[in-house]
Amino acid sequence: MAKHHVSTTVNGDQVEFLCETQQTLLDVLRDELELTGTKEGCGTGDCGACSVMLDGRLVCACLVLGVEAEGHSITTIEGVAKGNDLHPIQQQFLDDAALQCGICTPGFIVAAKALLEQNPDPTETEVRFWLAGNLCRCTGYDKIIRAVMNAAAKMREEA
Amino acid sequence: MEAIEYARPNTIDDAVRRLGAAGARVLAGGTDLLVQLRGGYTRPSVIVDIKGISELRRIEQTASGFRVGAAVAGAELGAHAAFAAQWPGVVEAFQLIGSTQIQGRASLGGNLCNASPAADSVPALIAAGARCVIAGAGGTREAAVEDIVTAPGKTTLAAGEFIVEFLFATPPAKTGDAYLRFIPRTEMDIAVVGVGVCLTLDGSGVCTAARVGLGAVAPRPLLVPAAGAALVGTTVDDAALATLAAAASAACNPIDDKRGTIEYRTKVAGVLARRAAVAALARARGQ
Ligand code: FES
Ligand code: FES
Repeated sequence: MAKHHVSTTVNGDQVEFLCETQQTLLDVLRDELELTGTKEGCGTGDCGACSVMLDGRLVCACLVLGVEAEGHSITTIEGVAKGNDLHPIQQQFLDDAALQCGICTPGFIVAAKALLEQNPDPTETEVRFWLAGNLCRCTGYDKIIRAVMNAAAKMREEA
Repeated sequence: MEAIEYARPNTIDDAVRRLGAAGARVLAGGTDLLVQLRGGYTRPSVIVDIKGISELRRIEQTASGFRVGAAVAGAELGAHAAFAAQWPGVVEAFQLIGSTQIQGRASLGGNLCNASPAADSVPALIAAGARCVIAGAGGTREAAVEDIVTAPGKTTLAAGEFIVEFLFATPPAKTGDAYLRFIPRTEMDIAVVGVGVCLTLDGSGVCTAARVGLGAVAPRPLLVPAAGAALVGTTVDDAALATLAAAASAACNPIDDKRGTIEYRTKVAGVLARRAAVAALARARGQ
């Protein structure tokens, strides 16, 4: 069978790609669209490194087929900054040194942004529960949680 | 190797037709299927994505209760205020499955049909008395949730059949449901024991009906009639709760593994059944 021809929206841009049924959205983003900001940690939905937004809902790109993207709208880490202006959460991760190797960072930022858009003033417990599907083997999480809390505070001030 | 086909039917009839092919697999949220694909545990001839069928994606309140499409995700069901108010136990069970990311995709139908004995939503669905509408080549039929799973990975669905939606009858006044599970950590784990309880009280606080569903303590999720019967006719007092706990433990036929020994799971099933009944009782009383 020929490859699937898929038209979808990624970070606001209309894109088209070809894929086989078993290729995941993560495979397609990284290998076909060269959007390598979305990381693969496990490929089985356990680590959250591949977090993206699919029609406004946080999902693991490794658990979505590429062909399922047809007609939908996807936002990846590449769509988080506005041009050269980092998103406040990105800036806060830098300011608070909330990363070491950085492989988990795009997933954390996409997931944290999804949280703050629906809950601008979360408790630390809410942040920890929301991010429980994002694993980090370096930081011990504390700096990540603090960066999200600090970013939330700054975003509330600016709002 | 043959390429895997992908189909996204828009109607139940079309889905039935596509699922009639040998080696066809249903795709709903994909949180189990994609892991099996990647691991090489399954190699379907065609993946039939059922999310394009409106009946599988809706949550509808009717005169007799709720219909919930089999492909509705946890985050969607939890966001439905009227459903969450009527069936808080079902929602709390469903939302224990996986992370925020998984909640955006994992479906009620998938959690049932993956046929894990430890599936969190299933004991709560059993307690709630939920029924499945099943489509297949012979038309549609209904079955109780407790009659679906027969063994790990095995169901009573015939080849080509799939679940369209779940039916929840409007419960009588003073009904409450609850689900509790035991895991060794605080989040993101598979139940060592899971218990769903749904009970109804009359005007004087006497229990008139109770259903208890048990997960992770047998090769399949169980309805435990003796545990429910222990509460009926009582005010759900200590003696009744002790009988319920004993009945729940007696129904166990668990595996022995690193996450829980037989003895441990059996004991915890009784303890959790009691706690879930107390939680359901508080909800039935409107507390
Ligand atoms: S790569 Fe998708 S969750 Fe780990
Ligand atoms: S910074 Fe290395 S995994 Fe998180």
